[in-house]
Amino acid sequence: MTKIAGPVPPVRDPGRPSPTPGRFASARQFGTVIGLVALSTGLWILTPHFLTVSNLLNVVEQTSINAIVAVGLTFVILSGGIDLSVGSLVALSGVVLGSLLHAGQPLAMALAAALVVGAASGVANGALVSWGGLPPFIATLGMMSIARGAALVFTEGRPVSGFEPAFRVLATGRVALIPAPVIVMVLTYIVAHLVLTRTTFGRYVYAIGGNEEATRLSGVSIRFHKTMVYGVSGVTSAIAAIILTARLNSAQPIAGMMYELDAIAATVIGGTSLTGGEGTLGGTLVGALIMGVLRNGLNLLGVSSFLQQIIIGAVIVVAVLVDTVLKRRR
Amino acid sequence: MTSSQAPVLEMRGIRKTFPGVVALDGIDLDLCRGEVHMLLGENGAGKSTLMKVLSGAHRMDAGEIRIDGRLADIREPGDALALGIRIIYQELNLVPQLSAAENIFLGRAPTRWPGVIDWRRLYARATHLLRDLGMQVDPRIQVGQLSLAHQQMVEIARALSENASILVMDEPTSALTSQEVTQLFALIERLVSRRVAIVYITHRFDEVFRIGHRVTVLRDGKHVTTRAIGDVSVAELVRLMANRELTDHFPKIRVEPGRELLRADRIGRGTRLRDISFSLRAGEVVGIAGLLGAGRTELARAMAGADRPDTGRLFIKGEVVSVRSPADAIRCGIGFLPEERKTQGLVGGLSVARNIALPHASRISRLGFLRSGTETALARPLIDELCIKTSGPAQPAVWLSGGNQQKVVLAKWLAGDADIFIFDEPTRGIDVGAKVEIYHLMNRLTARGAGIIMISSELPEILGMSDRILVMHQGRLQAELSAAEATEERVLTAALGLAS
Repeated sequence: MTKIAGPVPPVRDPGRPSPTPGRFASARQFGTVIGLVALSTGLWILTPHFLTVSNLLNVVEQTSINAIVAVGLTFVILSGGIDLSVGSLVALSGVVLGSLLHAGQPLAMALAAALVVGAASGVANGALVSWGGLPPFIATLGMMSIARGAALVFTEGRPVSGFEPAFRVLATGRVALIPAPVIVMVLTYIVAHLVLTRTTFGRYVYAIGGNEEATRLSGVSIRFHKTMVYGVSGVTSAIAAIILTARLNSAQPIAGMMYELDAIAATVIGGTSLTGGEGTLGGTLVGALIMGVLRNGLNLLGVSSFLQQIIIGAVIVVAVLVDTVLKRRR
Repeated sequence: MTSSQAPVLEMRGIRKTFPGVVALDGIDLDLCRGEVHMLLGENGAGKSTLMKVLSGAHRMDAGEIRIDGRLADIREPGDALALGIRIIYQELNLVPQLSAAENIFLGRAPTRWPGVIDWRRLYARATHLLRDLGMQVDPRIQVGQLSLAHQQMVEIARALSENASILVMDEPTSALTSQEVTQLFALIERLVSRRVAIVYITHRFDEVFRIGHRVTVLRDGKHVTTRAIGDVSVAELVRLMANRELTDHFPKIRVEPGRELLRADRIGRGTRLRDISFSLRAGEVVGIAGLLGAGRTELARAMAGADRPDTGRLFIKGEVVSVRSPADAIRCGIGFLPEERKTQGLVGGLSVARNIALPHASRISRLGFLRSGTETALARPLIDELCIKTSGPAQPAVWLSGGNQQKVVLAKWLAGDADIFIFDEPTRGIDVGAKVEIYHLMNRLTARGAGIIMISSELPEILGMSDRILVMHQGRLQAELSAAEATEERVLTAALGLAS
């Protein structure tokens, strides 16, 4: 009944300061960025080699796979769910891709098949959650095992190795110094960010995570949109699988082990609330970079991989602890 | 009556600020033993914040609190508990899976050996305590199976078992039936005779005069007045709270009813809804009265597509429609204001504008793309029309006061082309000023040719705002009364199932 036309008035009334989600989210992200900068500065002091162009590009390239998987997890966690199957989906999509390439199928066909397998598995997760009424933890735990098993059955447990250069360019190629995986990562983030902030689907993801019942009563189909959210997670797993397969020049059924935990860690370090409805993709990217920089720095410092696990675990806990304490104070 | 005694609680010059807001600006309050002290004020006046300071949930910026004349340092909830201060919130803090007795002595159950509960002593003590307070609650029953009123009593019993001397009750009757209210008030009288001091927060004036001894009015974080109940009138209290005379609580404007908008034909759902038939015409407000559990909310939800009825047909503007989801109902022009705005109405983390635009997101999008500006443009006129107090459309809805949150939920439906409105308790828990604004809004809607179905537990509101009144009892329509023939007695009689 109310229709207005013309230019949109400014959003905020002057002189009445009040926190907005945007402001809080940006303050929170600012904190994460400061963490990243502090970490990098520390490493720069400790090991001069850290701050070289080649090493930094190396860090971002190594981060790209986890960062891409974390995009899907951010969607899922924002909607109030969780996806434990992403690592197995990376393996399954990867072996489908590798096998089709080996069978001499055209590159486009093989890539499309990998994406379809990821998307379909994700949609299956979503359907189990939405229509089956399963808790996301259980549905995706089941898928984690099923997809892993399928990848092993499909390849009889053997890796599929050695691909044509036209495919490997996705890992080895560079555009103005920037490695192809980083470009794929950036494109994934831009597209996903636009979806999350500029589309009805993105709005519903936040709304469902914030208050599912209120969203349902607003006429939004919860089942459909939740299913799509898991579909997105399947697709980003498949994109990660493509990059991983090209980098390793090998598709392995045991690839992607524990990827779900790294992606969850990147998401929560990036400030996304595990209860849903709150968070940003920018935060997730910074979260993934923090983990990548930390791994790289610890390697440069010659810290043993056993000790590294302890340190990374501690960083995850401390990052989220700081967040929780700040929120409580608010 | 209490001026001669030393107060058990004195709060002096309490000040509390939040970023950008002075929530409490030098508030004084004192409380005597055996007193029921009513705390009145519009939403946002500072009542809850003051009680949160007292309970240790918030730390005050300035001021002092004395208990029995001694300076008290309340830094966290544990401090307040140790001083005998207990708050009964609207949302009760009970473990539904445990028995009443276990809840009462939660964390303090009598034990035989360390870690082994002495069940016999536990039940004996609970029985004794409950009987002592005149409560007819079986201590062995699971709390989740008790009515809300009885759960509240269990919570009060727990407070007393911890020797609470100061009890704060935050709108304890908002979800109770009138019988249960009577029981609660009897309990309060027992507490008074046991010299417990009670702070009672309410929006209901009849309660102020039924059980209060003194009343304190807060407005905009400031102390307005404290009076003995005998010295004030309702009109005066309303004026003090709102600082404006509300001569007419119910500014109802009647409209000549137009064509039929909605007709329910023998709607049924399990045992909760049985054989309900009625109609709604353009320009009408149909009030639905009934006791708690009579099926009013179930009826609203069935028509709004929130739950699916088993039987019956729904006609919209003369045509049979199938409403199987909220989306279907919205397509039929139905706007539904649910009973619980926090859990069903609002997405707290989303901005005011995005909440308002949520049901319309796909309509105002282009190829699935949505611009923030479009949402703001949709929301802004409604923020103005409904006088929603917000720092701007981008403010998260969770930061608004209850009345303003309710207006946001209303705005969701005004933003579309709904002409059938189902309001479930539209004014519950909101202040007088916001209530009157909602009544005016209902008038504007009916003047435009919309029809409104209004569920309310407040009889004066039903009588004051409805053109027709349906009374429900145990899932059935017990009576249908016109505004002219409806009286409080007739509605209540039907709601109790005493007449048809």
